[in-house]
Amino acid sequence: MARTTSVGISERRKEGPEKLCGQAKYIDDHALPGCMHGVTLRSGVARGLIKSIDFEPGFPWHEYTIVSAVDIPGRNLVTLIEEDQPLLADRKIMHPHEPILLLAHADRAKAYEALKHIRVVYEKQEPVLTMEDSIALKHKIFGEDNVFKSYLIEKGDVAKGFEQARFIIEGEYRVPHQEQAYIENNGMAAWVEEDGTVTVLGSLQCPYYIHKALMKIFHLPEEKIRVIQSTTGGGFGGKEEYPSMIAGHAALLAWKAKKPVKIIYDRAEDMPATTKRHPAIVRHKTGLDKNGKLVAQDVDVIMDGGAYATLSSVVLSRGTLHAAGPYECPNVRVRSKVVATNTPPNGAFRGFGAPQTLFAVELHWEKIARATKIDSLTLRRRNLLKLGSVTATGQILRESVGASDVLERTVKDSGYVKKLKDYARWNKDKKKSCWKGVGLSLVHHGAGFTGSGEVYLASKAGVSITIDGRLQVLAASTEMGQGANTMFAQVASETLGVPYEWVEVETPDTKFVPNSGPTVASRTTMIVGGLVRRAALEMKAALSKEGLVLRTAADLKKAAKILCGSDLIRRFIVQYEKPGEIVWNDKTYKGDAYGAYAFAALVADLEIDKTTFEVKIDKITTAQDIGKAVNPLLTEGQIIGGTAQGVGYALLENAVYKDGAMVNGQFTNYIIPTSMDTPSMKVVIVEKPYSRGPFGAKGVGELPMDTPGPAIAAAVNFAAGIWLTELPLLPEKIFKAKNEAQG
Amino acid sequence: MKLKVNGKTRTFSGSPFKRLIEALREDFGLTGTKEGCGEGECGACTVLVDGEAVNSCLIPICQVEGRSIQTVESLGEPGKLSALQEAFMARGGAQCGICTPGMLMTAYAWIKGGGSSDRAAIRECLAGNLCRCTGYQHIVDSVAQAMKGSKKEKRK
Repeated sequence: MARTTSVGISERRKEGPEKLCGQAKYIDDHALPGCMHGVTLRSGVARGLIKSIDFEPGFPWHEYTIVSAVDIPGRNLVTLIEEDQPLLADRKIMHPHEPILLLAHADRAKAYEALKHIRVVYEKQEPVLTMEDSIALKHKIFGEDNVFKSYLIEKGDVAKGFEQARFIIEGEYRVPHQEQAYIENNGMAAWVEEDGTVTVLGSLQCPYYIHKALMKIFHLPEEKIRVIQSTTGGGFGGKEEYPSMIAGHAALLAWKAKKPVKIIYDRAEDMPATTKRHPAIVRHKTGLDKNGKLVAQDVDVIMDGGAYATLSSVVLSRGTLHAAGPYECPNVRVRSKVVATNTPPNGAFRGFGAPQTLFAVELHWEKIARATKIDSLTLRRRNLLKLGSVTATGQILRESVGASDVLERTVKDSGYVKKLKDYARWNKDKKKSCWKGVGLSLVHHGAGFTGSGEVYLASKAGVSITIDGRLQVLAASTEMGQGANTMFAQVASETLGVPYEWVEVETPDTKFVPNSGPTVASRTTMIVGGLVRRAALEMKAALSKEGLVLRTAADLKKAAKILCGSDLIRRFIVQYEKPGEIVWNDKTYKGDAYGAYAFAALVADLEIDKTTFEVKIDKITTAQDIGKAVNPLLTEGQIIGGTAQGVGYALLENAVYKDGAMVNGQFTNYIIPTSMDTPSMKVVIVEKPYSRGPFGAKGVGELPMDTPGPAIAAAVNFAAGIWLTELPLLPEKIFKAKNEAQG
Repeated sequence: MKLKVNGKTRTFSGSPFKRLIEALREDFGLTGTKEGCGEGECGACTVLVDGEAVNSCLIPICQVEGRSIQTVESLGEPGKLSALQEAFMARGGAQCGICTPGMLMTAYAWIKGGGSSDRAAIRECLAGNLCRCTGYQHIVDSVAQAMKGSKKEKRK
């Protein structure tokens, strides 16, 4: 392989120094002259009809700008996949945090105060609060059957497969809501320019989602809407779709007030009102031959979408496509559906459906191991995906399959096999104050949009050179901590053969950057990074055509003059082209679901206190095949950080719902891992290059979220000698299961 | 009322019950200090009061009259990072950056106060500062590296 100058090196985080000095501007750090503060009046009932909205007489309402559904100049809609979610409820209430009215005041405290002086009278209706009630059609709340979307994957003949099976094992697994818990709450500022351009600036992942939504709300052409990203304090999917709502609200207030308006949620509003990971129930029926080889997998997936369709259909799609796990089986059926409930809509969260279904398939191995008396490591080894394997959708894996590599490396480095024996012996000793356990998981994660998704997106990205010799990456993919800026600059500088420091990354601003698609789905490096590389190659070709090489600052100045000619800037923009070998059928759900899969294995090594039943993870070992680590330090940061979120999902994070609303929407009682709850981690990066990814890179963002849940559950069950199948594994649940196990 | 902010004497004339974080951000223009929860759980708003790390979202400004406040802005400049900030750059201690000012101030107080450089001790010191991006390991690495560096300096 050719020597690299930047890719594969842990270059310094582009925007790091500003963040470390408190100079990076997050949305609430922007001072906007004459700015008003916007607040949102929400429903408070799960289902019903608005009868009246009463404003308390004598309150100084003239000081306020007030917006309701009737003020919307265009469509009352949060544009996404389905057109079902209103920006402001005008009559029908579908969940307890539905926005009804917006108010703005120059004084933030006075804006909040006004909410107490408005009384909304409802005709309450009985809500549908659980997946079971929704399926049973307790009430019809969406369409004819309360189902937002369903899928079916079929490979071979499942019935025949079960006829051949020596063992048939069934199991049911459940996962709860999970809050993204970015430390910067959602927030958005808006104003209207003199020429009528509606402009929003805020904390967001997907500038062009908001751009599209605002066009419909204001009934304005694309050039009259501008969306700019401010420094974003974490997203994890939580700032994928909901910011379209907040941007719409802030823009309506600003448009009506004729002044800039900021809406900054506080934690107690952000946590209960915005999206969560979809809860799921996953049922497996698995057939194996006498050697533990899979002969049939029948999987049933149900997810809770909440009150509106939002992204549920695509979350379910990813969950469905990962439901059979990283294994090859000749006969597979996956049936899935996502249903409506009168709870705030669930949405994107790192992993996007896959952590839910992979939890089930991975923990199910432990049940299979108990029944077949073949250990789960051996079972995985006998069934995992290899080069040439055919997946559940009939995709033939032609390259970059690291399943075996990550499994073997993780098992070896963690001492898994020895620990199983040592801990079994330890746990027999009644005098010990804790039980010890070790658990394993193996996952795959498709990078990029599912199936033909990338074709529909038709993303664009580019590089540019300005007349004064500045090199810039132009992409709408946002930096939110994951390192997009650094990665883009590395890919561009490596391709152009210039120092990393020479390349800047333009702020995602719809006025200046093309639509690179959303910053989601582990697609930024593999897909958009690939576009940046192609664009840089085009610039390089243009340079060599003019006989130019970039070695010194003087070369750059000269190249700028020649390439720009009489213009201020020369842009090289390229668009996504589908590789010929990727074939996908959306109707039959057959074909190449993803261009490439990343793979990861994880071993959790933990102990459970026999008095408090608290779980303490001592060590996590994980190997992850991501094709190529463009920046090893940042990659490791993604893996450790994603794994920590998985630790929270497995052990701590417990969103409690009452009457359709989250009642513990604060960091005081929705517990995310601290530095004391997160163990020391050993991370091994495995690089099985993908020929279509830039420098061989696949995706890494979501992959580490998939592994901890099942490995930790397996370790807890092993340690305590119990069988828990529902996250989170709270001490009280372990206590109860242990008591029941002991009779 | 007078107080010292990053070494300079400042005057404050607003409500004595204004939260310190709001006074810093709104009255003194120091937006480096961040608000994550408003109830002292996340630590993003950590500043030093007479060298001690506190949650500025829980303190009314009247409590710090005459005292010395230190915020992230006092540590360094993008072109001239302090050793602690440089360690965060080198070891990946900052990702989205919103918890970073609070982390830095907690770590700074720990180092100044002669805290232990043992990893478990650093984890305990940082337990009041939530981070959702890093999984903490790179932050612990960063603080440990900064402490190694400062010990070397002392030896010189």
